[in-house]
Amino acid sequence: MSVRRLEPQEITTATDTRDILANARRDTERYGLDDYFIVDVDSHHVELDSWPEILAYLDSPVLRDTAAQMMRNWPQASHLALHNHPPGLTMQDVSGRIPHQASLGEPTPDVGSGAERDVTLVRRAMEAMSIDVQVVFPQPMLETGLHPQPEVATALLQAYNRWFTAEVLPREPRIRTMLGLPFENPDACLATIEEFADVPGVIGFLVTSQRHAGVHRNAYMPVYRELERRGLPIGFHAGPNQADTMTSTMNRFLSAHAMSFVTCNMTHMTNWVVNGIPERFPGLRTIWIESGLAWLPFMMQRLDHEYSMRQSDAPLLTRPPSHYIREMYYTSQPMEWTDDKLLAATLEAIDAENTLMYSSDWPHWDFDVPGKIAALPFVSEHGKRNILGETARKVFSLGG
Amino acid sequence: MTTTTPAARDVDVAAAGDVPERGRLVVEIDGTTTVGIFRFAGRLYAWENVCAHQGGPACQGRIVSRVRERLDDGKRSLGMRFDEDTMHVVCPWHGYEYDVTTGRHPGVPGASLRSFPVAEVEGRIRVTV
Repeated sequence: MSVRRLEPQEITTATDTRDILANARRDTERYGLDDYFIVDVDSHHVELDSWPEILAYLDSPVLRDTAAQMMRNWPQASHLALHNHPPGLTMQDVSGRIPHQASLGEPTPDVGSGAERDVTLVRRAMEAMSIDVQVVFPQPMLETGLHPQPEVATALLQAYNRWFTAEVLPREPRIRTMLGLPFENPDACLATIEEFADVPGVIGFLVTSQRHAGVHRNAYMPVYRELERRGLPIGFHAGPNQADTMTSTMNRFLSAHAMSFVTCNMTHMTNWVVNGIPERFPGLRTIWIESGLAWLPFMMQRLDHEYSMRQSDAPLLTRPPSHYIREMYYTSQPMEWTDDKLLAATLEAIDAENTLMYSSDWPHWDFDVPGKIAALPFVSEHGKRNILGETARKVFSLGG
Repeated sequence: MTTTTPAARDVDVAAAGDVPERGRLVVEIDGTTTVGIFRFAGRLYAWENVCAHQGGPACQGRIVSRVRERLDDGKRSLGMRFDEDTMHVVCPWHGYEYDVTTGRHPGVPGASLRSFPVAEVEGRIRVTV
C-alpha cells in the first residue's frame, strides 16, 4: 500500500483553490457531474484586490483625483478609497476557521493585472467543481446601496462595470455576469442598460438588495420596461447589514448574517408582488439571489393569508401572491438542508424543478458545491439537470 | 447477489514523532482514502478527511480549542473563553467543527467523521483501513 503525505497539511489563505476544493472531485465521480451542464449563477471575485485598476475607470476627473489622494495619503485606503466597506464583514471567516472567505492569497504566476488574476482564480474554481459557466459578481460592492453618497456609488458602479466588461469578460467566455444597476438613480440605470446590454457576457442586470429604496416606485418602471423589452433578467442580490434597526440589536455575526441576507429580499419581494410588478411586466424574468430558500414558504403563506383579507390593498393582483412567487426564479445557495421534510416541501412549494438554479457563492464561507444538488433524494433526475444548468440555460438564453 | 468487502489492512503511515501533541498528519493511502491522524493528551485518533456536511477536507482545517461561554451565578454572560481541555479541528470549507477525540460536531447530533483504528507500535503509527 502506498502512503503519501498530503500537502498542504493545513489549508490556509495561501492554499491553491484547486487544493482547497480537491474533495469536490469525489462528488464529480460519484454523481457523474462531468456529464451535466452546470451553470453557477452566483459566485464572486474580490474586486478590492483590483481596486486601483477599477478606480482608473472613474469618469469624473474630480472623483478620480479624490480617489488618488485617498490612496496616496490614507495608510489603509490603497484598496478601499471611496468605498463603504462595512468593517463587520471581516467577521465572515469565523476567526480564521474558513480561510478562503478572508483571502484567496495563492500564487498566480505570470499574471499581469488584477483582472488576469481574477480570471485565473475563477478558472481554478470552475475546474475543481466541474462548472461549465460561472456568473461572477463583486463582493463588498454588494453593499453599495448603503453608500452614504449615492452619486459616488453610481460613479463606482459605472467604473466597476466598465472595468469588468473591458478587462475580465473578454479573457474568458465561460465567465458571465449580471451588472449592478445604480439603483438610486433611475436615469443612470437606463444609461447602464443602454451601455452594457449588448456586451458579450452580460446576461442581465442586478439590484444589490441592501438599500432603502422601494422597488415599486414609479421612477423604476422605465427600467423594468427596458429590461423586459430586451429580454434580460433582473436579479436581486442579497447582502449583509449589521447596522439597521433590527440587526443593530444583534451581538453575533451569525445572527445578523442569518437574518439580514434574507430580510432585504423579503422586503423587495413584498413590494414587488403587492404592487403587481409581475402583472405590469409579465415578460420580465426575476431572480432572487443568495437568500437561500427557507424564507419562501413563509413569504407564500404570510402574503397569501393577508392578501385574502385585504385584496383592495393590492388591486393589480389577479391571483394570490404565492402564485407569482412560484413563477419567479431563485438561486440555490445557501440551501438550508437541515431537515429533509422541510426542504422537500420548500422545493415543491417553489416548483424548484423549474425555477431553481444552482449557485455556489464561491469563495464565500457558506458556499455550496454542485454535489449538494446531485445528492437531493427527493428531486428527479430531470429536475437535477434543470437546477444544475438547464433552467439557467433558458433564463439567460445561453444556447447550445 | 454476493458482495465482497476488501479485508482491512494495517498500514504503516509514519513515525510516532511525526504527530506531536496537539498536532496532525494527513496522509493519502493508496490514492483513495485520506486520513487525518491527531494526537491529544498523548493518544492518537484517526478520521477520514471527509466532512459530514458537504465532504470538505475536515482534517486539513484549523486546530483550535472549543469555545465556551461563561455565565455567572445569575446567568449573566461573562463572555467567551477557550476550553484548553479540548482539541477541535475545523473543516475549512464551511466551519464544521469536530472534537478530535470523538469525531463529533459539538452541537449537531449525527454530524461526525468516519473513524479508523490507529495504533502506535514500536515507534511507528499504524492505521487500519
